Amino acid sequence: MAMKLYGDEMSACVARVLLCLHEKNTEFELVPVNLFACHHKLPSFLSMNPFGKVPALQDDDLTLFESRAITAYIAEKHREKGTNLTRHEDSKEAAIVKLWSEVEAHHFNPAISAVIHQLIVVPLQGESPNAAIVEENLENLGKILDVYEERLGKTKYLAGDTYTLADLHHVPYTYYFMKTSHAGLINDRPNVKAWWEDLCSRPAFLKVSPGLTVAPTTN
Amino acid sequence: MAGIKVFGHPASTATRRVLIALHEKNLDFEFVHIELKDGEHKKEPFIFRNPFGKVPAFEDGDFKLFESRAITQYIAHFYSDKGNQLVSLGSKDIAGIAMGIEIESHEFDPVGSKLVWEQVLKPLYGMTTDKTVVEEEEAKLAKVLDVYEHRLGESKYLASDKFTLVDLHTIPVIQYLLGTPTKKLFDERPHVSAWVADITSRPSAQKVL
Repeated sequence: MAMKLYGDEMSACVARVLLCLHEKNTEFELVPVNLFACHHKLPSFLSMNPFGKVPALQDDDLTLFESRAITAYIAEKHREKGTNLTRHEDSKEAAIVKLWSEVEAHHFNPAISAVIHQLIVVPLQGESPNAAIVEENLENLGKILDVYEERLGKTKYLAGDTYTLADLHHVPYTYYFMKTSHAGLINDRPNVKAWWEDLCSRPAFLKVSPGLTVAPTTN
Repeated sequence: MAGIKVFGHPASTATRRVLIALHEKNLDFEFVHIELKDGEHKKEPFIFRNPFGKVPAFEDGDFKLFESRAITQYIAHFYSDKGNQLVSLGSKDIAGIAMGIEIESHEFDPVGSKLVWEQVLKPLYGMTTDKTVVEEEEAKLAKVLDVYEHRLGESKYLASDKFTLVDLHTIPVIQYLLGTPTKKLFDERPHVSAWVADITSRPSAQKVL
């Protein structure tokens, strides 16, 4: 039976998993969860993820949540097919992939998701963006991207010369970020820009990006 | 022999996370003290080890890493034949551990660390605890601990019936919070309370205090 992924294609965290499924050529069924109707807060969903967030995954008797745990599971289960996303065959290479995945989770994601939350999610809730939060997080994001610029001058991808989960995890929020008026943070850094354009050329990206439909209403 | 080196501060929760893992594995290592109050972590040469300017950084011979949870996972896998087993193998067990690590990273640690900052670190720097923030963050922590309480009713530790990295990663923040009024949130939940007593009494946890 194919894996079931519960969520909505426009959610960045769901898209993270969709990218991984496509990179691994894995069959799956996407079960829609209506976020605007708050179905992710209903008991039927909370029984899969008690934190009430998409995505959740069911694979036979296994239920998982947290997008980066799901991508790690898919990458491990299907290690022999599709793109090698984890470099599992060498502990030290695998550790470098984990390192840059941690950087995305603890440095990049808090800054970029705060900006996307203010510029895309808050207006959908009928409120105005908090300019101070946007400014502070753009500044943090700029410093983080300075480190990426230097790193990507030495390696083609963040964890080395091949595409891995460390790069993949960045894609959905960066895609949304590029729809805002702050895309210069990426475009003004040549190595980061080249890396981003490469990520956007991958077949898995071309399948998933049409689902990332929300856009900023104000910049 | 070059061996293992940890560059960090003994009071830092992220540094302690790595030290506990090394103690669980009975690995020898050299500790290089980075003086945070002098900004040593933001300057050369430390910044070459971690361009984000945070402790800890790690070396195993020529191999260099940063980010505490990448380091602990490296230690758990590369030294899987030494000391205590910190991860289970098999893709479904790995999935449970991966999920537990993510929950600690994204739900427990951000809230727990804010409470440590407000109640433990700000007073040390001569700053005042913001009681409103403490109240808000304790409400969030209570919800996370409710999830943990439910989970620990089903298994002895968070990811399985054995101690793993998922439990280990929580220890440094828990140790600090036990010295603050936030302790009550752990005490009020019987499974969480028993689990806290268990993991904080491990010799590896005691060694970092």
